[in-house]
Amino acid sequence: MPMTMTEKILAAHSGQDTVIPGQLINASIDVVMCHDVTTPPATSMLQAKKMEKIFDPEKIVVTPDHFQPAKDIKSAELLKRLDGWAKKHKIKHYYPVGQAGVCHALLPEQGHIRPGETIVGGDSHTCTYGALGAFSTGIGSTDLAAAMSTGELWFRIPQTIQFQLNGKLSHGVYSKDVILTVIARIGTDGARYKAMEFVGNTLSELSMEARMTITNMAIEAGGKNGIMPVDDITREYLKGRLKDDSEYTAYESDADAVFESIEKFDCSKIEPMVALPNLPSNGKGITEIEREAMDQCYIGSCTNGRIEDLRIAAGILKGKKVAIRTIVVPATPGIWRQASDEKLFDIFYDAGCVISAPTCGACLGGFMGVLASGEKCIATTNRNFVGRMGHPESRVYLASPATAAASAIEGKLTDPRKYL
Amino acid sequence: MPKAHVYLRDNVNTDEIIPARHLNTDDEAELAKFCLEDLDPRFASKVAPGDIIVAGNDFGCGSSREHAVWSIRGAKVSAVIASSFARIFYRNSINCGFLVVECPGANEKIKDGDELEINARKGVITNKTRNETYNFVPLPDFALEIIDDGGLLNHIAKK
Repeated sequence: MPMTMTEKILAAHSGQDTVIPGQLINASIDVVMCHDVTTPPATSMLQAKKMEKIFDPEKIVVTPDHFQPAKDIKSAELLKRLDGWAKKHKIKHYYPVGQAGVCHALLPEQGHIRPGETIVGGDSHTCTYGALGAFSTGIGSTDLAAAMSTGELWFRIPQTIQFQLNGKLSHGVYSKDVILTVIARIGTDGARYKAMEFVGNTLSELSMEARMTITNMAIEAGGKNGIMPVDDITREYLKGRLKDDSEYTAYESDADAVFESIEKFDCSKIEPMVALPNLPSNGKGITEIEREAMDQCYIGSCTNGRIEDLRIAAGILKGKKVAIRTIVVPATPGIWRQASDEKLFDIFYDAGCVISAPTCGACLGGFMGVLASGEKCIATTNRNFVGRMGHPESRVYLASPATAAASAIEGKLTDPRKYL
Repeated sequence: MPKAHVYLRDNVNTDEIIPARHLNTDDEAELAKFCLEDLDPRFASKVAPGDIIVAGNDFGCGSSREHAVWSIRGAKVSAVIASSFARIFYRNSINCGFLVVECPGANEKIKDGDELEINARKGVITNKTRNETYNFVPLPDFALEIIDDGGLLNHIAKK
């Protein structure tokens, strides 16, 4: 029976030859991702139920990221609980503060994500890892506790929507603009409960980092997972990086696989996009909305805090001054070091930006750039819900690093193409 | 008798249910004080034990934070009725043993303050105030079993 790549991975992990959408399965889990907000409650639950023993200390990856380094006393207590638990259970892949980074940038970078595997994480943007041909989805703390204890979780096999992305992106247009275009078309629940499979020749010209920006935001369309087939760019990215370098399985959807629907995009027609408050689906072309004044620019997060994003922003900011406060947050220590080596920090410093340590920070209104009432922020992040980055009356505009950097220079929403 | 708190809006998201500024704790009683804070700042002071939240499509979209369910449960809300739910919130609710009812359009029929009764197994909401009933597709048996066991971990421990 023909299957999609999501179906194939879930079938292989539940001991079945075939699965069909709607079917309930118990799948074995290859990697469990843990961070500081959702994991301490999970470990407390396991302790309370006397189920403390974890299924495999080598298959759990732990990094504090949301509120690290501790932003306040309560966060410090969470970090302390996470640290104590990770040490007690001899978690092999634990990244304490200093090595810690934004989880969805860190795990692929450190070689924990392998094609064909199943990954769950206590964070909705765990769907990011699907760019590497894995099944990957976000879960809450109870599921996290169950996965850490048993190495398994129940799933309903999702229907798959295939997104065919074709055409060369025009100058000044990036993968962020693509995913904002996709979400603007299908809405924040357009892929609710569904697998979002991305294919097409647009992807062939995108780096792994740029691809991860697309799968990262699958959840913003309600998707269960985002996924992409493995190609030479994937293999090149994984070479020498994987912690387990045994052979992996690169699944592809069968030619006659059944998709719930197919959405086609001519990506050559996409222009720089900005998602207006308060939904990620409020994407508009920059030419429609240019000139709205901003108070802050935030460049970072699991969506766009990778080295390529910082290079794009630096390319635009070089030799310029920002007109609004601008916060640059490299997502991992590795990215931070690379940006430092490439002298990108000189460019950011000279432009008047603040450079932060790796953290989820203000993306979710934690710290390092929280907004006051009435303030507007252009951000390379993933959500612009009410109060997302601070005061309930502040407003968040989502865009690519290029659009964010250009807007920082002018202090208003700005088409990046004039600076390229 | 449980009273309805009706929100006509779609996309009531986890940032509104429990803003991230309160995620530095997982204490349910503490989280309850801020339940729905950025949607309806008066909610925590007006909700009574057993009350029911009624909303539109895609309730609970956004983050995977189970704190959203805990804050609602901590506020002694007995169930959420929505036209549809975001996937992770729905799953977290079942895993916590908290009742979620998918009933399209219920938020347009039920008015704020209506007295409601839910029969989860039969799939019927009874509106005592308006003398109306609304049918919904009950949760699958395995989900009702998890809820009856008091959540996923109890369910696993039992097995």
